[in-house]
Amino acid sequence: MTKTNTRTRTSDPAAQAVLSRLEGTAVATAYDRSDKQEPRCGFGELGICCRICEMGPCRIDPFDEGPKQGVCGATASTIAARHLIRQVAAGAAAHSDHGHDIVRTLLLTAKGEAQGFSIKSPERLRRLAAEWGIETEDRSDSDIAKEFAETALREFNRQEGEIAYPGLRAPEATVDNWRKLGLLPVGVEHEIVETLHRTHEGVDADYKDLILHGLRTSLGDGWAGAMLATDCGDILFGDPQPVRSKVNLGVLRADAVNIVVHGHEPTLSEMIVAASRDKEMLALAKKNGAAGIMVGGICCTANEILMRQGAPVVGNFLHQELAIATGAVDVMLVDVQCIMPAVVEHAGRFHTKVITTSKKARIPGAEHIQFEEEKAYDIAKRIVTRAVENFPNRGVVDIPDITTDLVAGFTVANIFTHLGGRYRASFRPLNDGIISGRLRGVAAVIGCNTVRKTQDDSHVKMVRELIANDVLVVMTGCGATACAKVGLLQPEAARWAGKGLQEICETVGIPPVLHLGSCVDNSRILVALCEMIKEGGLGEQLSDLPIAGSAPEAMCEKAIAIGFYCVASGAYVNFSPPMRVLGSPEVTRFLTEEVEELVGGKFCFEDDPIKAARLMMRHMDGKREALKLKPLMYSQPITV
Amino acid sequence: MKSLLVVRPDRCLGCRSCELACGVAHSKSKTLIDAIREDPLPKVRVWVEKGAAFSTPLQCRHCEQAPCVEICPTMALRRRDSDSPVVLDGERCIGCRWCLLACPFGVIRMDGKNGAVVKCDLCTERLAAGELPACVESCHTGALAFEAVQDVPRNKREAFLLQIERATEAAES
Repeated sequence: MTKTNTRTRTSDPAAQAVLSRLEGTAVATAYDRSDKQEPRCGFGELGICCRICEMGPCRIDPFDEGPKQGVCGATASTIAARHLIRQVAAGAAAHSDHGHDIVRTLLLTAKGEAQGFSIKSPERLRRLAAEWGIETEDRSDSDIAKEFAETALREFNRQEGEIAYPGLRAPEATVDNWRKLGLLPVGVEHEIVETLHRTHEGVDADYKDLILHGLRTSLGDGWAGAMLATDCGDILFGDPQPVRSKVNLGVLRADAVNIVVHGHEPTLSEMIVAASRDKEMLALAKKNGAAGIMVGGICCTANEILMRQGAPVVGNFLHQELAIATGAVDVMLVDVQCIMPAVVEHAGRFHTKVITTSKKARIPGAEHIQFEEEKAYDIAKRIVTRAVENFPNRGVVDIPDITTDLVAGFTVANIFTHLGGRYRASFRPLNDGIISGRLRGVAAVIGCNTVRKTQDDSHVKMVRELIANDVLVVMTGCGATACAKVGLLQPEAARWAGKGLQEICETVGIPPVLHLGSCVDNSRILVALCEMIKEGGLGEQLSDLPIAGSAPEAMCEKAIAIGFYCVASGAYVNFSPPMRVLGSPEVTRFLTEEVEELVGGKFCFEDDPIKAARLMMRHMDGKREALKLKPLMYSQPITV
Repeated sequence: MKSLLVVRPDRCLGCRSCELACGVAHSKSKTLIDAIREDPLPKVRVWVEKGAAFSTPLQCRHCEQAPCVEICPTMALRRRDSDSPVVLDGERCIGCRWCLLACPFGVIRMDGKNGAVVKCDLCTERLAAGELPACVESCHTGALAFEAVQDVPRNKREAFLLQIERATEAAES
């Protein structure tokens, strides 16, 4: 059995401290369970195991001696493509169902039926309503919000036409190309349903056609489901502003009640933050011997409350068990996505109470307190009370004394003011920076942690390599948390940047790495790219831009969906570990080469973060050349 | 100490992981992703075969009195001593296929490209590096194991004792 060690498991010293302490004890983590899964099944790894119909399961022999087809005749390419786009559909469903719930909360808020919620950013609401052609004059905020939310809800189950955002926001040439290829989704759910139909036994067998539908489905995520989650989240909870905070396990407090919110939705966690500041709750905490109440997050719930409340970040995906193992987490509140069911058994070894809150996600052994918008604040107080009452039950507490400062809270709206200065809000300085060769381009480094690569290591190495070569980096999700831990999200990180990026950072007062929020907030990146095209000088369509993306520690289907909509939007996307398609050379070639001729973007499956960063930069250099931009001022061209 | 490939058909799920692991172990790159792109493709030396109601991996038993060794006219198939696996010297093999006919298990076959035979070498390289044979390491269910020859009958006796014990308990209760 392969046994990983603490250093190959994580590059984060706080995580190493906890893992070392757990070594030799009966407490197992995802890393131990991962070791037990070795060796992974090669057929699954290569994407050539088909479990779709009941005549199987079928496997293709990659050594070309056994079966070349499944029972029905499906080849390695058909099998790999079918399973891959099912993953895209699952990822798109996760983001979009989340988005759907936020829009629904907005609707309930507009109707006055959501307890504790209000429209925190009426300006954003009015801007958005105007964009969507909804009348705003002489109307109350709640009236506009109601119409907007009802219109937005129809995006999910629209049955004809096309989703609205691409036409409203994307460059004309990009939209024209999508229309020409028939890639614009009719509706979010329409394409997800169609994916399941196409991949059912005996339907679509053409790998190219299947993958094109995967791209179509993913556009419904990036350009509708996720984008609405971001926009409606901003309306409800306020436009994020640049905010200072702290990250890593050291934000847990020995003297205070610690509530860790883990998952993805901002709705309940916003209420928990509010309830934790409630006088009644603080008095109860004092009565139980605690100095206060700390609310910190893990995964994207962390990013949501960081962006808007400045709440500290306890950690990213692979910290979920480690946080509990400090013995200092009184309640771990979970909603949806990226919650390992193992946390419940794990919590049982400490004093932590795990509380599930979504009607969609229960875990055996966890207490379930269901979130309902109508009673949101009461429910939040009930959960905070549980945490406070659990504080006296703590056993041994051992919190690694490690935290790092960070700046988060960047959005398309406020990058504007940052880059343009207060009186000159525009993307001009960014475009000028690229055109003049001060900046090479922009890279989005996003996504998860995975036990299959050293935690945070690829994110950090890749981002360092990029900024050192004058690439401005934008981040979301667990990747952003990874880089925050090593100080890359501070303005002071400019000292690691190339000279050109340094000049930009110093002039506009931004860090070289911008935290744009949660994983649904990748939609902010799409909008930023549209603004860059609108600003002029960098081409006509999104695929003309000297940009690239990467999910260098990808773990889940959501990451695959994001990768797909980025490629569909014209980006060069590194994805590692590779998607499970390598057993089909045809599908691999289509994803990494041929698809570029259609949509302008393509994948690369390089695992080494430095090599991948160089491939991304070589792509940017190619785009710079095509745009006939000036040579780079300070950085060297990349030849790889 | 001589070890033995132990096969437990009752534990085999027919996943064929051993076949893939065998291919990788006999590739140039030693990684699955690269091995499947090599030219020529590596040759697998274990077969998961399905019986009436069971499946089981089959590979060379490295017989003490190996018919393939005895019949080989060029001494391409041989063993250093009775503790060593039966291995092939590809240079000496003339592709006469007598060993294919002689092998009682059908686990020797021709290599289409080289005009020589291919068979399990008990992962000689891996054993020298202190590793288990690739098929054994890849088996998730313990259908394949690598045990010291003298342990095998002892383990079997222990298992049988347990069976007696259970039967006795059942009779008493």
